[in-house]
Order: sequence, then C-alpha cells, then structure tokens
Amino acid sequence: MKLESHLRARRDGGAKLLVPYVTGGLGAEWLDVVRAVCDAGADAVEIGIPFSDPVMDGPTIQEASQRALEGGATPSSIIAEAAKLDVDTPLAVMTYYNVVHHAGYRRFAASLIGAGIDGAIVPDLPLDELDGWGDAADAAGVETVLLAAPTTPDDRLAAICERSRGFVYGIALLGVTGARDEFGPAATRMGQRLKAVTDLPVLIGLGISSGAQAAAAAAAADGVIVGSALIARLLDGGGPDAAHALISELRKALDA
Amino acid sequence: MAIARGTPVELGAPGPVPTDLGRFGEFGGRYVPETLVPALEELEEVFKVAWASDEFRAEFAGLLTNYAGRPTPVTECHRLSERLGVRVLLKREDLTHTGSHKINNVLGQALLTKRMGKQRVIAETGAGQHGVATATVAALFGLDCVVFMGAVDVERQALNVWRMRLLGAEVIPVESGSATLKDAINDALRDWVATVEYTHYCIGSVVGPHPYPWMVREFQRVVGDEAREQSREILGGADPDIVAACVGGGSNAIGTFAGFLDTDARLVGVEAAGLGLESGKHGASIDRGVPGVLHGSRSLYLQDEDGQIKEAHSISAGLDYPGVGPEHAALAASGRAEYHSATDDEALAGFQVLAETEGIVPALESAHAIGWLAREAGHAVPAGSTVLVTLSGRGDKDAAQVAERLGTKLP
Repeated sequence: MKLESHLRARRDGGAKLLVPYVTGGLGAEWLDVVRAVCDAGADAVEIGIPFSDPVMDGPTIQEASQRALEGGATPSSIIAEAAKLDVDTPLAVMTYYNVVHHAGYRRFAASLIGAGIDGAIVPDLPLDELDGWGDAADAAGVETVLLAAPTTPDDRLAAICERSRGFVYGIALLGVTGARDEFGPAATRMGQRLKAVTDLPVLIGLGISSGAQAAAAAAAADGVIVGSALIARLLDGGGPDAAHALISELRKALDA
Repeated sequence: MAIARGTPVELGAPGPVPTDLGRFGEFGGRYVPETLVPALEELEEVFKVAWASDEFRAEFAGLLTNYAGRPTPVTECHRLSERLGVRVLLKREDLTHTGSHKINNVLGQALLTKRMGKQRVIAETGAGQHGVATATVAALFGLDCVVFMGAVDVERQALNVWRMRLLGAEVIPVESGSATLKDAINDALRDWVATVEYTHYCIGSVVGPHPYPWMVREFQRVVGDEAREQSREILGGADPDIVAACVGGGSNAIGTFAGFLDTDARLVGVEAAGLGLESGKHGASIDRGVPGVLHGSRSLYLQDEDGQIKEAHSISAGLDYPGVGPEHAALAASGRAEYHSATDDEALAGFQVLAETEGIVPALESAHAIGWLAREAGHAVPAGSTVLVTLSGRGDKDAAQVAERLGTKLP
C-alpha cells in the first residue's frame, strides 16, 4: 500500500497533496517530465496510458493521447519505460477499462507491479463493475483509486470510499477533463462531503490549472490533481523545465 | 387479427428484463464514469415503471399510430422473389414518419424525458436518421435538441443535416478520431457528463450502458411483433424460414428478432463488410471483433492488439461503427442468431435491385440485407424458402452519394 501510506504520511505531516498527470509516451522526454514533476514536489504521479476513445477527457488530453498513440506508444511500451523511473514518488496509471480488459486483469496487474507502479485509476470502471479487476488488483497489490462525482448520493459516496485504495478521487465539477477559468463551489462541496465520510486521502481533480485554484480546492480536501494545465504546456512545446516550473508554482501555492 | 395501416398499434407483451446490471450472457453491463451512474439508475427505474404502466403504453402506442404512422405494412416482393427464386417479404420501416425505424425508439425516450422532468435531449447520429428522428420528436415535444455527428458523415449526409437544422436542432460536427459515428458517441457522452442534471441522452441503438440496450430493444420490438403477425397472415399461419436485417449497432435487427425469438425462423444479421473482410476496412464487429468495453457496455469491438478501437468502414454511415449491441453479441455466442456480411458493392447492388424490381429505394444500411439475400439466394438461403427482411429506412438520403458512386454527379 505504498501509494496510500505515502500520501497519508505526507498529509498527516501537515502537507497539502499535489498529484500531477502526465500522458505516457507524449514526446521523447516524457520520462524526464515525470522526473521533473517529482523534483518539483509532486506527492504521486499519474501516468496516462492513452486510449483511442477517452470519453472522460476534454480536448487537451484527447490531443495528447492521440499524439502519443501516433508516436507509437502502447500500454506495454509505456509500462516498460515507466519501469526505468528511478523516483521515490509513488506512481499510478490512469487509463480506460478496455486497455485493462484487453490485457487481462491478472496480466495487467502483474505488469504494473513488475514496473514499480503502485496504483491504477480507471474512470469508466465504476464501483458496481469493479469486481474482476478489483479482485485481481487487490491480490497483486495494485491500489485501485475510485472516483466520486458531484452527482453521487451520500450512501454511494461512503461505499466508494470504502472500496477505494490509495486515495479517493473527488471530481470537482460536472464535465470532462480540461482547464477552467472559473472555479466553482462544487469542488469545495465535493471535498467536504468526502472528508465527512472517509479517512482516506481525498484529492480533488478536474479543471484545476492555477495556484489559486489549487489552494482553494485543497482547502476543503487533502490535495489536488492537475492534468490538462500541465499537458497543455507540453503540447505547446514545453518540456521538463516547463513542467517543473508549473508544478513548483502549484507546490508553492499549496504550501503557502 | 389483421394488422393494417389505420388500425391502432397494439403493443405486444414486454420482453425479458436482463439481470445483473443489464447482462446478456457475458455481454452488456454499465461501464461509465461515476458522474453518470445516478442518471442511469434513474433512467432504469423510470423506464421499468413506465413500461409496466398501461398509461405509458397507451400514450406510446398512440404516438406510434397517430404520429409515426404505424403499423407499417409487410410487402410481398413478387418481382424480386421471381428474380431470386426465394419468397421475399419486406417489413416496411421506410414508411414511418421520418423514414426509418429510429422514430419508434425516440418517441419512447422522449416520453421518458418528460417523465424525468428534463428539458434537453442530445443524440449521436451516423447516417442522420436517428438525428432526424430525435430532432423531429424534440420539435413535437418542445425540447432543446443537440445532435452530434461525425464531420465525415456531415459531409456525406448533407440533406439530413439540413433537415435537422430545419427542425430546430443544433448539429455539432465532430472532428475527433475517425470523425464518424463512434466519435459522435464519444462527444455526446462528454456533453452528457457535463449536462446530465437537465439533459437526457437519447441513444439511437441497442448499444451503450444498461438500461439502453434493453430499453431500446423494447421500444423497437413493435417492428418484430407486427411483422410476425403480418407474415403469418401472408404465409397462411406459418413463420418465415429466415428473418434478416442489417446490423450496425443493431436496433432494427434486435427489434425484428424480438418478435421471432420463440419461433423456428433462422435469424440473420447482416453486417457491413465494407471493402471486404480481408481488407480490414469494414464494420463487421461480430465476425471480426473481440470482447471489449466501449461506450458503456461489454460487447464485441474491432480492436488492435493493444485494445485500441479500430476505425470501421462502410459505404453506409449507419453501419460505420466498430461495435455492436451486447444482445447481438450474446445471440451470436448462443447460436440463436447467425451473422453474415455484405460488402459496399453488394449493398449497392441491393440498393439497385430493389429499386428496379419493386419500386422501393432502400437506405444503404438496409440495402446490405438485400445485397446479402441477393448473393445468397439459392446458396445459404435455399431456393424456395421464405425470407422476411426488415427495411430499416428509405434511401432518399443516400441518393446523391449513390449517384456519384455510380457515375452521375447530381447538381
């Protein structure tokens, strides 16, 4: 339980948690991007395994996924490359269920553990359909993070937290991934509702792009996930330095 | 009892309710982002209650009769039968209001939308038939309507795009991925995740998460229920030897099959073989797909070795989809239905032969079933057998595309 124990230790030490998302296989330097965000103060890193039909993703991560796939990235190539990462920060993959299903639960779970990856986030695999993968992941020691949404009723929220491993991913708003200018009260409400029912680390994600937004979202929770804001910089030609700069800025805002 | 035009629609008994989150054998389920789960639970509950209520069923049957123009006839095709050496009956969904079977399902879902107190509907469309049906019923019910359509399909179905806009719908061309039906569904799902509190997603086929494959089959079973009675009347009480329909997602086929599952008829679904199954450019998800999860359900999908979804190809936008409804996957697995395919060229031949022999211009989708029959008459379809084919829609929308393909550029 490296992901959860690490995040709990950081939280209980008084830190607000910061988890960046990096699309695996996006550009030749993607491993250096992961190293840079770790160096800039990430508490865990999500590595996206791109899927052809990412229905929870907005234009930025769609574009990144498509570029990575066109560049020849595959689930096995990304996992194999991630195995080369020499970082102490816990890693989790984020992908869609068909990738897991196609590989086979046990084979996929074993490949993650073999590469030193601690967790998995599968946004189109809700609580009710978790069984096959959830059991295989538990058996192999992969921590499967579940998502909670603003539409989730209270009783279901508790069940999701009960079954989630690593942390619980609170969706900040109704919509797909992508930076937003406005930051609504739904994120705060999500954090409050989750904190009321669980002791798991609670991270809020979707739409968070600036230090001010990160600090606001983290106030009612344990931390934030940042994806599209980082990916947009990489798509614009930025590399490890640009990633380091953004994550440092967010780290500073969270620590302030 | 005779089922003729002008007589009120009488709905048959509801079909079996799938268990375990919408499983058909090992297929189906509800694989969606958490945000959508509560809306799907609500829809399932609202549909379950409505479908058991006399009031809802009467309202639905009334709309099918007085708005959609049901029952549609079964036409015996004397000249085509003579040409092929088999006895051909056509279930005429092309004669419904809006020109395809899609209207049946949309009327049902619009009634549910009202019951859920939602004011906006979204839909995906391939050929445009489902988009037109949704835009039509949204106008009838006073609902806001947005239709997602692949940019490639916007191009090849310009007439239907214009019709939808005339009906007051917003049509959004989808540029992502292969810019066809699959991508239109992706963008509709992305919209729905953001708007689910006031929007109903009116899915047009027997695909998607539970309860859609079940619910859409129930709204389309009127096709099969009518056809069974009508063909018995024509055949002196007997059922056809073969019941065939084209399969993209598979809603006209499943609606037809629903009426014949408990008969001895061979059930045949005809998929799009595109440029040929060996070319890799086709839409034959049952023949060439493997189990996977896309758009909310476990079914058969065209995929590469890593589980990435492959682009489908078909001359007909409505069959240009790399997956199939989960109940079809289960019927194929159990052997109760058999699935074959017809190429683009065979569909064109079907399109022409039906026009020439019967004066009926079929939708390119339905023309696949005719093309398969024309190819297999005397082979897989034994000489002298009786075949009921569902004509899912009319071909006006395809006239310009087919004319160009056959060498005439229309102005």
